[in-house]
Amino acid sequence: MRMSKIVRFCADMLYPAVVIFGLYVIMHGHLTPGGGFQGGAVVATAAALVIVAYSYEEIQGMLSKFLFQVQESGGLLMFGGVALIALGLGTTYFFNFLANSGLLFGMSVPFGPNPGDLNTGGVLPLMNIAVGVEVWGGLAIVILYMLSGITKEGV
Amino acid sequence: MKKVLSLLILIILTAFLFVMAAGFTFGTPLKSDMDDYFIKNGQEQIATNNIVTTVVFDYRGFDTLGESTVLFTAVIGVALMFRKYIRGDSDENE
Repeated sequence: MRMSKIVRFCADMLYPAVVIFGLYVIMHGHLTPGGGFQGGAVVATAAALVIVAYSYEEIQGMLSKFLFQVQESGGLLMFGGVALIALGLGTTYFFNFLANSGLLFGMSVPFGPNPGDLNTGGVLPLMNIAVGVEVWGGLAIVILYMLSGITKEGV
Repeated sequence: MKKVLSLLILIILTAFLFVMAAGFTFGTPLKSDMDDYFIKNGQEQIATNNIVTTVVFDYRGFDTLGESTVLFTAVIGVALMFRKYIRGDSDENE
């Protein structure tokens, strides 16, 4: 069921904004409210927006089911993998080996209220990204499967 | 009769809920040792301002791993359930 030209145009305009906002929520998960799950859900709504505005047949070239599957599996593997790296370094599973190390995301944070820095948190941003990518792929593919009955002519 | 009975049950349950909620005192938990530990040491140990993220992804990392696995399993279940409906398309069936 294809929506009118106005709806499709607005969906086209909103799609990058929604995706960028979701990626912002994922990326700033260790500073602001939100995180991987919430940001991934926000990005997945962009997929829902496009599917509702267009028909299922028309979005075949825009949204790739295979890519979402890879995202979902890859996100979960990255999440477990980052935790496994800590085990490989001789610490415990899920140990935050990057915090206060001066490497990637390794800056220290003073105690008490402070403006915050993106380059902090150790493995937390990496795990946020992993979970965000996983939720993005997972929810988008659920939406794709559930709305795959929306045809061009209308049901 | 049935409507009156259900309405009565609803009123009783609502009154019970509000009486219970009025008895609570928010902001002063009985045991706050764990919360105090997180608030005191979270910024120093994990180097993150967001204590909630600290708890979710570091102190309680296993819980988040289970949560992600639950989502993964749910998606697999949905994919299995809706597989039959798209069998008509030739190469859609994965």
